[in-house]
Amino acid sequence: MKVPLSWLREYVDLPAVTAHEVAERLTAAGLKLEAISSHGHEIKNVVVGRVLEIEELTGFKKPIRHCRVEVGEATPREIICGAVNFTEGAVVPVALPGAVLPGGFEIGSRKTYGRLSDGMICSEAELGVADSSPGILLLPQDTRIGTDVVELLGLRDEVLELEITPDKGFALSIRGVAREAAIAFGVPFRDPAAIELPAATGESWPASIGDPTACDRFVLRSVTGFDPAAETPLWMRVRLARAGMRSVSLAVDVTNYVMLELGQPLHAFDRSRLSGAIVVRRARPGESLETLDHVTRTLHEDDILITDASGPISMAGTMGGLHTEISAESADIVIEAAHFSATGIARESRRHNLVSEASKRFERGVDRELPLAASWRAVQLLTELGGAVAEPGVTHAQAEVAPVTITIPADHPDRVAGMAYGRETVIRRLEQVGCTVTEGAAGAPAPAGGHGVAATGVVSTADLAGKLAVRGDDLITVVPPSWRPDLTDPNDLAEEVIRLEGYDRLPSVLPHAPAGAGLTENQRLRRRAGRALALSGYAEVLSYPFVGARDLDDLLLPEDDPRRRVTRLVNPLSEDEPYLRTTLLPGLLKTLARNVGRGSADAALFEIGLVYRPEPDAPGAAPVLAVDRRPTPEELAAIERALPRQPVRVAAVLAGEFERSGWWGRGRQASWADAIEAARTIAREAGVELGVRADRHEPWHPGRCAALSVTDPETGEQVIVGHAGELHPRVAEAYGLPPRTAAVELELSLLAPSGPVQAPAVSSYPVATQDVALIVPVATPVADVEVALREGAGELLESIRLFDVYTGAQAGEGNKSLAYTLRFRAPDRTLTVEETTAARAAAVALAGERTGAQLRGA
Amino acid sequence: MSNTYDPVEVTPLHTDEVAKAQDDALAAIAAARDLDELKQARLAHAGDRSPIALANREIGALPPAARAEAGKRIGAARKAIGAAVAARQAELEAERDARVLIEETVDVTLPWDRVPRGARHPLTTLQERVADAFVAMGYEVAEGPELEGEWFNFDALNIAPDHPARSDHDTFFVESTGSGKVLRTQTSPVQIRTLLSRALPVYVISPGKVFRTDELDATHTPVFHQVEGLAVDKGLTMAHLKGTLDRFAEVMFGEGISTRFRPNYFPFTEPSAEMDLRCFVCRGSSAVPGNPPCRTCKSEGWIEWGGCGMVNPRVLIACGVDPSVYSGFAFGMGIERTLMFRHNADDMRDMVEGDIRFTLPFGLEV
Repeated sequence: MKVPLSWLREYVDLPAVTAHEVAERLTAAGLKLEAISSHGHEIKNVVVGRVLEIEELTGFKKPIRHCRVEVGEATPREIICGAVNFTEGAVVPVALPGAVLPGGFEIGSRKTYGRLSDGMICSEAELGVADSSPGILLLPQDTRIGTDVVELLGLRDEVLELEITPDKGFALSIRGVAREAAIAFGVPFRDPAAIELPAATGESWPASIGDPTACDRFVLRSVTGFDPAAETPLWMRVRLARAGMRSVSLAVDVTNYVMLELGQPLHAFDRSRLSGAIVVRRARPGESLETLDHVTRTLHEDDILITDASGPISMAGTMGGLHTEISAESADIVIEAAHFSATGIARESRRHNLVSEASKRFERGVDRELPLAASWRAVQLLTELGGAVAEPGVTHAQAEVAPVTITIPADHPDRVAGMAYGRETVIRRLEQVGCTVTEGAAGAPAPAGGHGVAATGVVSTADLAGKLAVRGDDLITVVPPSWRPDLTDPNDLAEEVIRLEGYDRLPSVLPHAPAGAGLTENQRLRRRAGRALALSGYAEVLSYPFVGARDLDDLLLPEDDPRRRVTRLVNPLSEDEPYLRTTLLPGLLKTLARNVGRGSADAALFEIGLVYRPEPDAPGAAPVLAVDRRPTPEELAAIERALPRQPVRVAAVLAGEFERSGWWGRGRQASWADAIEAARTIAREAGVELGVRADRHEPWHPGRCAALSVTDPETGEQVIVGHAGELHPRVAEAYGLPPRTAAVELELSLLAPSGPVQAPAVSSYPVATQDVALIVPVATPVADVEVALREGAGELLESIRLFDVYTGAQAGEGNKSLAYTLRFRAPDRTLTVEETTAARAAAVALAGERTGAQLRGA
Repeated sequence: MSNTYDPVEVTPLHTDEVAKAQDDALAAIAAARDLDELKQARLAHAGDRSPIALANREIGALPPAARAEAGKRIGAARKAIGAAVAARQAELEAERDARVLIEETVDVTLPWDRVPRGARHPLTTLQERVADAFVAMGYEVAEGPELEGEWFNFDALNIAPDHPARSDHDTFFVESTGSGKVLRTQTSPVQIRTLLSRALPVYVISPGKVFRTDELDATHTPVFHQVEGLAVDKGLTMAHLKGTLDRFAEVMFGEGISTRFRPNYFPFTEPSAEMDLRCFVCRGSSAVPGNPPCRTCKSEGWIEWGGCGMVNPRVLIACGVDPSVYSGFAFGMGIERTLMFRHNADDMRDMVEGDIRFTLPFGLEV
């Protein structure tokens, strides 16, 4: 909302303060300053003059006039002018030598076209009033010569641009802002809507409300004999421009002016285009309307319409119809001022994607008591400025509306704020915003629909009002003013008191929360996993969770892969990526490619985040529940069922060198092994042991992919928690990544931290070390051999380490040799050579039995 | 003890002889050029067969009356020789160390970044820092799904379907506009989940990812992070809200940094406030004319930080909490924005794109 300070000052006696000070007070009251713009302060030395004599100069490419202009000085000035829209005797603004015009444009005395030009005759554009103007600004004949033009036209002004929150519809008007400014400065407010209405005789035009849920007040007034050629006076054009509205025609400008001033949107019909009685109703199936913008709109059954015998003539509060629009010939005008349903207009505006100054105001709530006054104010302006004659009749249709009453203990604002304002202050502040306050309780809570038709988007039921009621002693009953439909609940009243008393006065008191339990095990695990990966060389990314069909194909996912069961967005940012991720890999791979592309060829990345996994048999829709009570467990379960499973996953990708080359020698390329080790790193943080076995799983290389599993503590079974390894070469290629790029993805939600670590008994007896080399077929997984060795070695085994894998000739064709160091130790004695040799033999025996391993050289 | 006295054999005990032996020893020790020579000198002059050792052995042959005096003399000489050996030993060892260890000198400026460290994303660690500040005040961290029921994201938070505030949210709808499912536009639905699932009183903090249909540019991103706080207890007031946020501001930005409230509107809080943070760089001084300007707060002295207010009793009712018994406050702030002003990150795209050159300097914590 743009508020010219001069307009504001008409209705509130602001002290001599700067625009900044006004803005500061308004911001403190909740009307937040966006920007201040200054106008006309640079203009100097422009006065009213009268053209005494015009001499047309000839011989130039364009018309040039040499004028003698009286400017209230001893002698007239000689001025050269290129405009031709004035005659001798015209009263015009004259910039005298030494004058400065907007933009710092200085006027001097100079020789031009062979004559002296001792100043300049100005247009609107040159005075900064309009963007462009066809000719010289002509002032009324009775303007006193020599008057300062800036003063005369009110060009010097400051405009406050305020951000108005959705609850404060009243502040989308000079009237509303003036009221707030008056309260903020403690000065009187003159209500521009408090105008005396003439006694009416008869109807203006036959009209009725067909649907009282759509409209509860509908007022029409008419004028006749309006001069369509009448121009909008300069002062009004200046104000409209300062408030951010374009001047269109006098009739339209008047409706806009009144809307800006009072907050009541108005609509003007060409009376000659109306046929028969007007009815305000909802649309009927199949109805359409061609609106002002020459678009024929198919109407929805919920749309609120103004109709006459011919059908729809206007979309209420949104946009008028083309046929009944005020035209350049309209002399008889019907002004509509109504109170429409806020939610009705909100829906209509959204449905048709039509946001207008009117719809913005109706959506946020308009004063239901304004239509009679606002329409009369418009009629007055049309008669004063456009030569129209006011018709004596007024049409006033309305539906009964029960007033909102709110009963609160007088100390309710104190209890909300945590400081004592006292009863008097509370009542004074409520009365300042326009509330009527009476002692005692009013009885039953107000029923639904106070403030008229669906006043704002707020849902109200009698039951809800009962639950909201604040009990206590010393009750006061508050009836909010008609311009504050946002005041419905006890806390709304508390806010009024607290904000007007000043949020800056609130004390600062730290509450004593009960002792908390700290982070949960899962929250700790997530942090540990992230820290462990970062310390291992991975950098975290937070990629967007949007993927496209192409990602699913690029990952080579089979047709029946559950990761192809994706959730689609209705309104994705890009039609190329309309789905929500079912795996973290696409985002990571694209980010890796971006890093490689930007020159970071050696990069290791990880992400921890949710994936979205809709269940195949989930219900399509989540119910939207009531809000006036706690939902039942069944209702909540119905929402949960419709939501996809959203487990936390962790994934990492890496390319280039994982260990860097340097002066110490060559580094090591990132590989499948690093990816699997990353998984182990995470599992270690969870305190669980990770099972690793070969698997084939897209998008990994079929020969370099591991399935990762953990033991289910309940069933003892292995549960797959993810995969790791080298990417399939075609996947790497599709994402523009170097060959051998490796990746891992784990479902962190499945790595449940397994309780506290059990402290080991640390033996102080010496260790006994034995090496063993085993020959196994090349395809035998090392993990199987190690499990057998461990099991076979029994309790004396302290640790086992594979220190060599050899596949040369000495191992035999198709075999490999695995060399292990076994370390034995007993808790209570020094082991004998016989004991350790026996344990080693048992280990080898079991490995032989399980995997066919043979002692090397045996 | 011997009873035979042999005056001839006690010659080494003569004062002159002892003094000479000592002088010889000291000279030899001083003359030793390295540890080997010192060892030779020590054996020759303080060893078992050295004159002084021999003399020591002769003491027993003296008449008892002379023994004490001779013993004292010999003892002093042996002590002087021992001290000289030790001193020379230390000198020569230091010389050797200086020589040999210097020969082993390496270039300690050589790099050794064989496996460079990674980093956590600053948005993650900033969320953790915020969470920790509140955990220290007794709060617990609450979480909820990102793809959320519309009822949780809007209706239960008193944002009715036709409320103008709802259209401000630029919501990503899921599957179809009538599916009742959206990508959450705020972390506030966690408030609802908290009130439905936890026993009162509750004090929770809830960081997380949220979504709005903004195009990515320097100051907007469709996927961003918020942190939301909620406290519902008996007798909570706006003063408690202010106290909590003041404490939080101090923990995050240092002693003496406070917050300022301005009235604002949020459907789920009433009264509602916009929260400004006292600029932690200039501490407000740049707002005074004549003082140097401040880049962080653009010389306004305050930084817009987030929204807050008293939990709207309607929200409590939708969760089955009786507003006549309980009241609460809630607050929320953008993590990206906080990172921007706390760390001078001036382009949101850097936080989104995952370029390791942006992330690595942040290390493990911010």
